[in-house]
Amino acid sequence: MTDLLSVENLAFYNRNRKQGWFKAPTDFELGPVSFTLKAGETLAIVGGNSSGKSFLAKLLVGLESPQSGQILLNGEPLTKANQRQRCLNVRMIFQNSNESLNPGITLGSILDEPLRLNTDLSPAQRLVKIEQTLVQVGLMPEHQFFYRHMLSDGQRQRVALARALILNPQVLVADEPFAALDPSVRSQIVNLLMKIQRELGLGFIFISHNLGIVRHVSDKIIVMRRGQIIETGKTEVIFTWPKEEYTQKLVHSHQALINRQNT
Amino acid sequence: MSRFNLYQEEFHPSPLQHTWLEFRENHIAVVGLLCFLFFVIVIVLCPILAPYNPLTQNIDAILIPPAWDDNGGIMNLFGTDALGRDLLSRVMYGCRMTFGISILLVLVAMIIGVTLGAIAGMSKGVRSSVVNHTLDSVMAIPTLLIAIIIIAIVGTGLVNSMWAIVLALTPQFIHHTRDFVKQERKKEYVMAAKLDGATPLQIVTRSILPNMGEILVVQGTLALSIAILDISALGFLNLGAQPPSPELGTMLSEGIEVAYIAPWSIALPGFAIFLMMISINLVGDGLRSALRNRLLH
Repeated sequence: MTDLLSVENLAFYNRNRKQGWFKAPTDFELGPVSFTLKAGETLAIVGGNSSGKSFLAKLLVGLESPQSGQILLNGEPLTKANQRQRCLNVRMIFQNSNESLNPGITLGSILDEPLRLNTDLSPAQRLVKIEQTLVQVGLMPEHQFFYRHMLSDGQRQRVALARALILNPQVLVADEPFAALDPSVRSQIVNLLMKIQRELGLGFIFISHNLGIVRHVSDKIIVMRRGQIIETGKTEVIFTWPKEEYTQKLVHSHQALINRQNT
Repeated sequence: MSRFNLYQEEFHPSPLQHTWLEFRENHIAVVGLLCFLFFVIVIVLCPILAPYNPLTQNIDAILIPPAWDDNGGIMNLFGTDALGRDLLSRVMYGCRMTFGISILLVLVAMIIGVTLGAIAGMSKGVRSSVVNHTLDSVMAIPTLLIAIIIIAIVGTGLVNSMWAIVLALTPQFIHHTRDFVKQERKKEYVMAAKLDGATPLQIVTRSILPNMGEILVVQGTLALSIAILDISALGFLNLGAQPPSPELGTMLSEGIEVAYIAPWSIALPGFAIFLMMISINLVGDGLRSALRNRLLH
């Protein structure tokens, strides 16, 4: 079985030592990063703040372009030339669903946009698809007439998910999708995501620093620190026998938290 | 696709209906809107409504007081001016000229300003800041002064003053649009639209413009009141519309000569300007809060 998504030596350098009048010097380095993802598999990327997790997500969906290396989808490299294919197949769920939904237009128009830009469906077909997707993520078809401010946080997250799913993508990139949610809503959304993933066979890249959810959701883990991958492996392996010191710290702090909750 | 109905009566208001529902709550704004609509009806229907031709002079009926005065008559409801022209017809046509032209000018200035502002907002670096800072320095000068300078160069006349006012009104639209686009461009929903494969034009028209209603209404109302004042002021100074034509500012300057004998000849055009300004500001204020509240509750 070929890999759904494979990333080869992806690297990004931003050596900006030149000091502008008002600019602080920025110096940012990522990679080289390589990993693969099979269909139906969940890959979690964990790491501390400013470890380059979110930036890696931006590289994957094409918001930033890497200096070297390439991203292969089903064996074909993704470049600027086939941006449309990337739009269709690699979708992103943003960190803050509140910010990522346009406040000025209805949810129906928000969901209509990707369909209008990337498919050749007629308006009636698009409407059917929008209603189907809303039902799929556990909302009602009537929600298409709603505005962002009328929804709760959990519902907004569902809309963000619907927006990612509506094009039937093969890979879903989620950047901290549950950070802003309370535990009960969070587990609802996690289970919804896993259910949809099972149904559709999505490859799922999941960026988080909540190790509890990571352990629950993911098959493989990548641990990042300062823009470098320091450890990869199966979830259970990493949680049971962490090799690197940084990973050990992460896992131990997580387990300490669980033990304290249990006692 | 079958769906079950949770509610017996389903009502999903469109964005426009939402705005109207919120607008209706503000009673003073509704009064302003009625006043505004009254002026719109007058300027559209004034050839039918006006009892006389505004330019016809009648030597036999000079300086007749308005109908509510003891010496007034029902033939000239608002009285006549020093040349025997019916003041009611002149005020109606004057509203048409001042108000109608102002709306036109603001629309033109808004279209030009929003287009240029969006371009400036979407572009980066030197080009964007040159556009912005050049126009910022223009914005420091009052529009009436700019208009007078332009008229001093191209000569007096109504058409020239229209051009001058459009040019004077455009910078503020550019400035506000640019600032707004720049600020919204950093938000995640624009990034999401970019990921959907939207071109810069689509991002501006589909994602950012729907959120610009409030700012456009505020700027549009402001510009409309400025335009009315400027047109009348230029008319009053004999730089804009020239005397025979019925324009409220020109009528005021003509009425000044007979102000002591016939105070109504300046009071009535002045009152028309005053009512216009009040209705515009009330409607603008109500519309702004309606647009804001639409996205809050």
